[in-house]
Amino acid sequence: MLIKKPSDIPSSEITSESLYMDRRKFMTGAAAFGAALATAGCEFVKPSQTVNANTKLTTTKSPLSTTETPTPFKDITNYNNFYEFSTDKYGPAELSRKFRSSPWTVKVGGAVKEKKTYDIDALMKLATLEDRIYRHRCVEGWSMVIPWVGYSLSNLINQLQPTSKAKYVMFTTLMDLGQFPAQRSPVLDWPYTEGLRMDEAMHPLTLLTFGLYGETLPNQDGAPVRIVIPWKYGFKSIKSIVKIDFVDYEPPTAWNKAAPNEYGFYSNVNPNVDHPRWSQATERRIGEFRKRPTLMFNGYGDQVASLYNGMDLKKHY
Amino acid sequence: MPRRWIVLLKVIVWALCLCPVSLLAWKATHDELGANPLSEVTLSTGHWTLYLLLTTLAISPLRKITGLNWVIRFRRLVGLFAFFYGCLHLMTYLWFDKFFDVHEIVKDIYKRPFITAGMTAWTLMLPLALTSTAASIRWLGGKRWQTLHRLVYASAIAGVVHFWWLVKRDLTRPEIMAAILVSLLGFRMIDRLVSNRAIQTSAVSQER
Repeated sequence: MLIKKPSDIPSSEITSESLYMDRRKFMTGAAAFGAALATAGCEFVKPSQTVNANTKLTTTKSPLSTTETPTPFKDITNYNNFYEFSTDKYGPAELSRKFRSSPWTVKVGGAVKEKKTYDIDALMKLATLEDRIYRHRCVEGWSMVIPWVGYSLSNLINQLQPTSKAKYVMFTTLMDLGQFPAQRSPVLDWPYTEGLRMDEAMHPLTLLTFGLYGETLPNQDGAPVRIVIPWKYGFKSIKSIVKIDFVDYEPPTAWNKAAPNEYGFYSNVNPNVDHPRWSQATERRIGEFRKRPTLMFNGYGDQVASLYNGMDLKKHY
Repeated sequence: MPRRWIVLLKVIVWALCLCPVSLLAWKATHDELGANPLSEVTLSTGHWTLYLLLTTLAISPLRKITGLNWVIRFRRLVGLFAFFYGCLHLMTYLWFDKFFDVHEIVKDIYKRPFITAGMTAWTLMLPLALTSTAASIRWLGGKRWQTLHRLVYASAIAGVVHFWWLVKRDLTRPEIMAAILVSLLGFRMIDRLVSNRAIQTSAVSQER
């Protein structure tokens, strides 16, 4: 498989770095301040228990990143579609506070030589973590630029050695009524499941994601581990994964089950195929006033269009 | 109800009806509209159009049930505020969503059922707002004016349908609004049937 890399990445243009470092400085400062407050208040309380900061991750840069300016951390962590918590976008930030993303295991099964259950820490150390700044396009018509942290899912798949029966990969989110209050409501058929064709799953852009802005994922963004597929609508990028199965059938997916005429299995970002109820030709980038045109495959066409050669994308939406 | 009380109450209703737009203005100037401010403004003005439209529709049943005739004097005020929020809502769409691209707007109205429904709801409110003065009632004559103003039912139905069709998945809110609308319209139908029957029986008893 030939995979072209994007051509437009002069490293001098990665403006995110300063913003990034500023934020880190701020967070370190905030953490120190919080710790100081805590110790000043009552000396026997350990700061680590009172300061609820995310863990910093050691990462390397990736040529697969975009040079666009990342959306502020505040917006990425307050404007979330995470229906297991709430259908209100501003709900998950608050409702996910007590979510326990540790201990956590991911069970791998189906058509693989080695069936295995990974502890989240082991899974995170399986390959070098990279900063991947990706465009993110929601099916609702808004978009962000998000500095994810993770490694290509292919790293994991290669280690698992799927058998010839493995045609698709199916992902399943945690089912836990105690932790995900909205799983009591029948708004979707829980648990949330998603799927990719094997070649899509093996594509280097497909990211097994553990972090955001250089730190472990906030709960409302899918902690502790999620998938990010930047050329597909956001709902394909399933969160809080507990199970990965290699199967020989097209896996059932949550939104497709909910409204098959509106959300297809592929759900590639496509400005030429409208959602039955609204246009997909434009999008509002969070933080911008004017709308911008939506790009085919969310601008990743050079890298992924070949996966769909000969397919009618109006039919396989 | 003494006139002074009515005036006072009208001031209060004015102030209440201006709260949502004031809150939006405050949020806009204090960076409190969240990550997607324009979507927030669109949603909020849309919700308030429907809330106020349903409120105007609740006034005459309220009068019938409680016997408080003076409540009818607030119907026009609330109705005009519904139209006001409807206009704000339409403006956010025409401006911030379509940037006055006439071709795109026409295509949208034609192609998207929820936009068609929304435009219908607003268009039906327009003649009502224009003929809301006492002079219009005199000019049209009470009967004709009343018939014209029955359009508010169609507008409210179109408005709720508009909301229902745009929601992605969680239909709770449109369902609540639809339930309220159905009960308000249902009340009128039952009320009509009952009073028709009352007229008939009184006519029959008079003949005897």
